[in-house]
Amino acid sequence: MNPSSISFSRAALSLPLAVFALAFPGGSALAQSGGMMATADHTPEQIEFFESRIRPALVKHCYECHASDAEKIKGGLLLDTRAASLRGGDTGPSIVPHDLDESLLYVAITYEDSHLEMPPKYKLDDEVIADFRKWIKMGAPDPREEPTGGNAISEKYSSSIDIEEGREFWAYQKPRKSKIPEVSHPDWTRTEIDHFVLAGLDSAGMKPNPDTDPTTLVRRLFFDLVGLPPTPTQVQSFVKGYQADPEKTLQKTVDALLASEHFGERWGRHWLDVARYAESTGRETNALYPYAWRYRDYVIDSFNADKPYDRFIQEQVAGDLLPAENPREESEMMVATGFLAIGTKGLNDQNTRRFKFDLVDEQIDTTTKAVLATTVACARCHDHKFDPIPMSDYYAMAGVFLSSDTYFGTPAGVQNRHPTSLIELPAPDPEPVIPPLSQGQAIDLQFQLDRQLQQLQELQATAAQARRSGNAEEAQRLQLQTLRLRSSSGILQAQSSRYAADGTPIPLAMGVLDSGDPFDSQLLIRGEEANAVSERVPRGYIQVVHTGDEEPIGESESGRLQLAHWMTSPENPLTARVMTNRIWHWIFGQGIVSSVDNFGSTGQQPSHPELLDQLAIRFIEKNWSVKSVIREIVLSRTYRQSSDFSEEKFLEDPQNALLWRSAPRRLDAESLRDAVLAASGQLDRERPTASPVARIGEGFVGRGGRDQASLSEEILHRSIYLPIVRDLVPESLALFDFADPSLMSGKRDVTTVPSQALYLMNSDFIIRNSDAMARRLTQQLELRGPRLVTTAFYLAYGRPPTEEEGRKTAAYIERFLDTAIEGGMSETDARKLAITTFCQSLLSSAEFRYLN
Amino acid sequence: MNPTPLFSRRSALQSTSAGFGYLAFSALSTMAAQKKTASASAPEAPVSPLAPKPSHFQGKAKRVIFLCMRGAPSHVDTFDYKPILNRDSGKTGERPGSKLLGSKWDFQQHGQSGQWISDLYPNVARHADDLAILNGMHTDIPNHPQATIQLHTGNFQFVRPSLGAWTLYGLGTENDSLPGFVTIAPPNGAGGNQNFGSAFLPAIYQGTPIDIGGSGGLRARFSRNNNDASKEPISNIKNARLPKDLQRVQLDYIKSLNMEKLKRDVHQPEVEGVIESFELAFRMQDEIPEVLDLSDESAETLALYGIGETDTDSFGRQCLAARRMAEAGVRFIELSHGNWDHHRNLTQGLETNCGQTDLPIAGLLEDLKRRDMLDDTLVMWSGEFGRTPHSQGTDGRDHNNKGFSLWMAGGGVKGGVRHGATDDYGYQAVDGKVHIHDWHATILHLLGLDHERLTYNYAGRNFRLTDVHGNVVKEILA
Repeated sequence: MNPSSISFSRAALSLPLAVFALAFPGGSALAQSGGMMATADHTPEQIEFFESRIRPALVKHCYECHASDAEKIKGGLLLDTRAASLRGGDTGPSIVPHDLDESLLYVAITYEDSHLEMPPKYKLDDEVIADFRKWIKMGAPDPREEPTGGNAISEKYSSSIDIEEGREFWAYQKPRKSKIPEVSHPDWTRTEIDHFVLAGLDSAGMKPNPDTDPTTLVRRLFFDLVGLPPTPTQVQSFVKGYQADPEKTLQKTVDALLASEHFGERWGRHWLDVARYAESTGRETNALYPYAWRYRDYVIDSFNADKPYDRFIQEQVAGDLLPAENPREESEMMVATGFLAIGTKGLNDQNTRRFKFDLVDEQIDTTTKAVLATTVACARCHDHKFDPIPMSDYYAMAGVFLSSDTYFGTPAGVQNRHPTSLIELPAPDPEPVIPPLSQGQAIDLQFQLDRQLQQLQELQATAAQARRSGNAEEAQRLQLQTLRLRSSSGILQAQSSRYAADGTPIPLAMGVLDSGDPFDSQLLIRGEEANAVSERVPRGYIQVVHTGDEEPIGESESGRLQLAHWMTSPENPLTARVMTNRIWHWIFGQGIVSSVDNFGSTGQQPSHPELLDQLAIRFIEKNWSVKSVIREIVLSRTYRQSSDFSEEKFLEDPQNALLWRSAPRRLDAESLRDAVLAASGQLDRERPTASPVARIGEGFVGRGGRDQASLSEEILHRSIYLPIVRDLVPESLALFDFADPSLMSGKRDVTTVPSQALYLMNSDFIIRNSDAMARRLTQQLELRGPRLVTTAFYLAYGRPPTEEEGRKTAAYIERFLDTAIEGGMSETDARKLAITTFCQSLLSSAEFRYLN
Repeated sequence: MNPTPLFSRRSALQSTSAGFGYLAFSALSTMAAQKKTASASAPEAPVSPLAPKPSHFQGKAKRVIFLCMRGAPSHVDTFDYKPILNRDSGKTGERPGSKLLGSKWDFQQHGQSGQWISDLYPNVARHADDLAILNGMHTDIPNHPQATIQLHTGNFQFVRPSLGAWTLYGLGTENDSLPGFVTIAPPNGAGGNQNFGSAFLPAIYQGTPIDIGGSGGLRARFSRNNNDASKEPISNIKNARLPKDLQRVQLDYIKSLNMEKLKRDVHQPEVEGVIESFELAFRMQDEIPEVLDLSDESAETLALYGIGETDTDSFGRQCLAARRMAEAGVRFIELSHGNWDHHRNLTQGLETNCGQTDLPIAGLLEDLKRRDMLDDTLVMWSGEFGRTPHSQGTDGRDHNNKGFSLWMAGGGVKGGVRHGATDDYGYQAVDGKVHIHDWHATILHLLGLDHERLTYNYAGRNFRLTDVHGNVVKEILA
């Protein structure tokens, strides 16, 4: 068999024959492209006319560039079958029966349009042109059928990728269970993980670091599991327990942290990076998503509930298609599909088809990278350059998403050509997410909207009249007014759609629903929507990621549900590995596969392949429980190691790939901000209702000061609840390597730059919280002198100061007072400021910002 | 070159001078490297990571000002004169069904060299005899993020240090109170911070973003009509209540806490980075406002840059700030202007963008020349790729990575030359082809750095900006 035909026949998928037949229904492509079916009621005379006058002309003058066996097909146009001729090429249908003006073929051969002259090198004889004219006018009778057995044009664009060979790559092989390795010191190990890690170290002739001290360990555990520092009391009780019975204390603490509601706030935030969570469209126009926060809360709740990961993915990709027990559950699963709706969007794209393809591309890119760590979107324009993913696989997946409708809201207007409605949830909100409108307000809003719409109509009429009467300047002025009014009425319209007629807020959500009219995607040459080739790729899967239990996609279904099942099949070689590797990365700061979002051939090889497989297999066995993986990791001896530096080991393994120590890590942006609030006593640990963006409502970022003021309002909740508007990420996060929310990202940068130091030295946030911490110590706890210093160290570091630190602190206070008073400050002010800046210094120091 | 001996690392560890830690780190890294492969790394062992370092050989350029035109400007409408394309406008292009689109702007010959430059850049054209125009540029991927990242780091597949970071690593900085590598109003997209990142080089070499009047910078995007000159260029540059001497006392205390940690941790490059970042931040508080304060510039100079004119004010301020930073000893300054992604509205888009940049760039070149700085300041203008000679829609051009143009001036570049060419239409480079790697090699060469010797050892092998590629474009060297 010709290997290049694999991608299009998709035989390698071994789908049941029935599906295969469905995928190529005769003329289905034709029906899709506008339904211009030439009926078969042509007389034999008409057919004879075609055979004697038209077909020979086509063969002679056109087939060289426009037949399926042409050396190079030009303009994506084929003229060797009836269907292809009607469908046309890049610029549109070439033949429209009975209509000369719309038949581009006729326009081209007459040389009427200098941009479209065919054949390019010579003009046809008038007689031949007259034949074509007659033929089109009689309805373009044409007996030529599509060649059977797939599309000849596919050969032109088909792939030379050998899928079977591609499956040999480690990531596409199913994880294999291996024997627990023998190690030099079995007594050191606590879990299976330790065996694999120690075996690696053994083979390099290295030893693991000793256990760290309990004070360091408890701080590490708290930040890793809940993203918050332990309170001084929690530290003391852990240390005490650990000294008596380390294993029991550790287990108890880990279980308590996993059960804490703050666990989901920490781990949900990790997932939100992967899901490129944000509350606006970003890009050119940046319209707000006032309901994106529902997805944020869904993610937090899912992690807290330890929702099986396979289920978690299914809900996000196809929650609308899963059965639900009750309206609450139905709502929850609807909100989950927000995953597909919260991406960036270029709302001012003038090309609707391109907009749709770009939206689908964003969905494919995010989904496949997030779940499979596979860069499928690279195959939009050409076969994947590095991985065995032919372009047709991309379009098989594109058909699935094209057959679904994405609901993201946003107001219509000059800068938004693609607004959608939102989805009304079946279950009401337990408490209102935005204040209801009074009867009066509701009436007023409706009144304003009606008035604006009426004004708009009038304006348009006046503008048209001005144009007709030749008053161009006036027409232009009115036109400008019209545009402005259209924008403001668009925003009003979007705002009013949030409320029922009586002013009650409607429970709305972003999400995805099947379109009800599924179809297969055309293949786009170079990924350009204007460059579709004629045949369509049946909706389906990425072939190299083979599970063997791929489900057929029914004619009336988008295929999202099947896609979700395929991604979360226990037979899928990637999904469990990718997630366990992410978990590993989020705990150790470095994945077993360090390229966490790319398991392809340009990614990195696993440092411990057997361990990764073992973790993945157990993950599935334990019903995809994320908490169970985390639990196993943090209870390991490997996790417990000290971060002590060793020159000898460093020279052997500078990357710490073998895990000879617990690598020191910097607190991420959220943990740093939360820890500052925790130390100052200002942290509000409750979950806020909705988001400031929900209260601003529909609109565009940067228009008017109102939204910006609300976005920068002081928030004392945990960082995960800060408003995440694209290109407007709060400074407290953006400066400390928050992941760009426009792109999915499983791995954040770690940078150390002066702008961070300036933030810690001078920002309102840090100064306010230093004040609060000082007040807490002096007023609330009524502390002074060494006891104040000790408590402050406990609040910041979870430990008392060393003797040296105590001395240095005392010296600091003295020097600060001297300098301040010498500079003319009153003693009271100087004392206050000395304590405040002492607190600020602790919050700014390296120890506060790093985990050992 | 000799590796740093271990004893110097130890003695350095005992030293209290700022930046000692990097020495320790680079010494250790070098040792780690030598265990695997025996090879050299940086040009010379540094005293402080940011201290000026001797170059490999005498370079003409001491600093770089990179004018990055984000979104890819059309070469056939600016610096690549294509009379045949204009003649054949409307005919079928290389892509099936496409139509060639001649340039809507006339080109004239300028200066003694007779360089062809489009009427979109009348003021830059006055400096035709200073420019080396590279018409045979090409890059790997016609996609903004990848190409932008490749333009800045040489590699779009892996995270690698940026050109500015390599430059700072290679030469250090002449003013340790200012960041050695500054990027003004960098856009978030297309690789974002990666475009001025340090990747595996020590963090101290990464670019510091400064927001002034940018079209794409953070601040600018926060409030779209940001003309508020009273805003600080870098947020948090001032402490509202601590006088300088008190803040110094405080920072000494923070430093002592960090030193305590460092003593406990023995070897912690991250903590050393924290210490360094506070020292730099403290000095920046004075230096940044001073260097960015344009109030001591004459009205004539402001006008030279188009400051005060609606269209040119924003980029003019950036260009003038760039000159002031260059004067103050900043090693690498990048300015971003965008968006040049003219899939549609090419006519209006190019006129707007060129109108915004033409006078400021000409002013910069003129000002540098007057101050005798153009000889040792390398000025470069480029996008991430070019655009197609055929049209997209009726008034647009698509991405084209196979052929585009950029220019370089000053800093040892031969003026008034044109190197390389695209085909008759501007589809692809056919003559004097210069890849991004070659361009990078040339920039380093002008700075006195051998792109094959400027290496950094990371994870067991020596890395360079140009990977295994790069040929210096000798034809444009003065």
